[in-house]
Amino acid sequence: MRAALRVALMIALIALWEAAVRGFALPAYLLPPPSAVFMGLVRGFASGVYIEHIGVTLTETALGFVLGCTLGFALGAAVALSARFEYYLYPLIVGFQAMPKVALAPLIVVWFGLGIESKVVNAALVCFFPLMINTIVGLRAADEDRVALMRSLAASPLQIFWMLRLPGAGPTIFAGLEIAMIFALIGAIVAEFVGSENGLGMLIQSMNFSMDVAGQFSVLFILAIIGLGLNAIVLAVRRRVLFWDAPQPVLGKPKLKATTP
Amino acid sequence: MDGVAITEARSMPTSMIAVQALGKIYDSGLVALENIGFTVPEAAFVAVVGPSGCGKSTLLRILAGLASPTAGTASLAGTPIVAPRRDIGVVFQQPVLFPWRTVLGNVLLPVDIQHLGRAAARQRALSLLAMVGLDGFESRLPRELSGGMQQRVALVRALIHEPSLLLMDEPFGALDAMTRETMNLELQRIWMERRKTVLFITHSVAEAVFLADTVLVMSPRPGRIVDTLTVDFPRPRPLDIVNTPEFGTHVRRIRRALNAAGGLE
Repeated sequence: MRAALRVALMIALIALWEAAVRGFALPAYLLPPPSAVFMGLVRGFASGVYIEHIGVTLTETALGFVLGCTLGFALGAAVALSARFEYYLYPLIVGFQAMPKVALAPLIVVWFGLGIESKVVNAALVCFFPLMINTIVGLRAADEDRVALMRSLAASPLQIFWMLRLPGAGPTIFAGLEIAMIFALIGAIVAEFVGSENGLGMLIQSMNFSMDVAGQFSVLFILAIIGLGLNAIVLAVRRRVLFWDAPQPVLGKPKLKATTP
Repeated sequence: MDGVAITEARSMPTSMIAVQALGKIYDSGLVALENIGFTVPEAAFVAVVGPSGCGKSTLLRILAGLASPTAGTASLAGTPIVAPRRDIGVVFQQPVLFPWRTVLGNVLLPVDIQHLGRAAARQRALSLLAMVGLDGFESRLPRELSGGMQQRVALVRALIHEPSLLLMDEPFGALDAMTRETMNLELQRIWMERRKTVLFITHSVAEAVFLADTVLVMSPRPGRIVDTLTVDFPRPRPLDIVNTPEFGTHVRRIRRALNAAGGLE
């Protein structure tokens, strides 16, 4: 019943949009009707143009995400574990954080060219920060009693890292990965705006020049779907890796399947 | 030559724990412990009772090698305790389980840390779990267990690597009164089966008298030992032993000692 209401509300909103555009005779270069946006989607997919550009943007986002998160995790771990590293690096980190990273995009395009490289670098730069901060916070938040327990068993600092700090930081790190995934997409699109031969950002830019507003709406729609999809992937991996963190009622439930004891 | 020296040392284990003139002053100037001295024979059950903040936990941290004294020495089986050792098991007030490890995985933590070999330890872990009534729970996650069950897992974990000394820091302090009584009975049973040396810290006078062979009474800060008494009730002690006049005599003596030291509210 509630689900049906939700779908009905969505359909009603789209119908209202269509009726408003037709009723007030709004010009298509200001606000296209949903039917035109839908036709734009159909044309774009039928000609294969959208598929190609989706592929480019997804590749840039994925590579940027992996690169940025690897760097963010490595630097975050170094800062969390070494006071000296933190002392020398922290002012740089704070300064870098204060600057809006998308403002670097023009420079990145100059340095790395109009191809995929500049988009990957920009995506990595934008998404590296949230992961680094969450890695620092997560690794530092290890429960003191658990640290004392491991130390009382003569555990080495390396063992405390692998067996306690890292798994304990899991929930915080995954929160960072969720943000980083969306940030990587933003970074890739912004770099495409600045200068690119391919990708959904370039497509929006060129449609803007040719006043194809319905086309722009259709690409925005695709970007929203991509964002949701990427977030769903991170959440699915999270459920797998952090099986123990799932907040669900407990006693009397069937046995949970634990992959690693 | 060396071999002779080792066998000699082994053949006369006079005391498991020997604490001499132990003191601890924190950097802030706070005197936590002052001139503590006692010995614990092997396989004895010793309780340390004292008011909150009397430095009981500091004493335990020193014995566990987690903190260092500022005066005196503490030694275990003849060797001074200067760092954490592999042959000590610790149970804290909280279970301190790792939520991503199953019950079995938590029990095997010391085995993983000390590379003792899971295959051999697994069977021991399962039988220890059965001993505390947790058979069938080995692949559960900690969050699926009650507080009392979690503390039993912590106890099994402290026993898995066959430590020569078990240190317990108010292990049942966070449990409700009824669970606590059950756990006292169970600890007594386990101790009678395993005969580990136990140092048990508590602020419950009755718990100390019920469980221990020897009770050390500590004063409030700076912590000193103000009385030592021997409890020689036969074991296993039933729960209703607390109603006997002899039990009452011991409890009154400890309370007097605490009172004289200014430790009782």
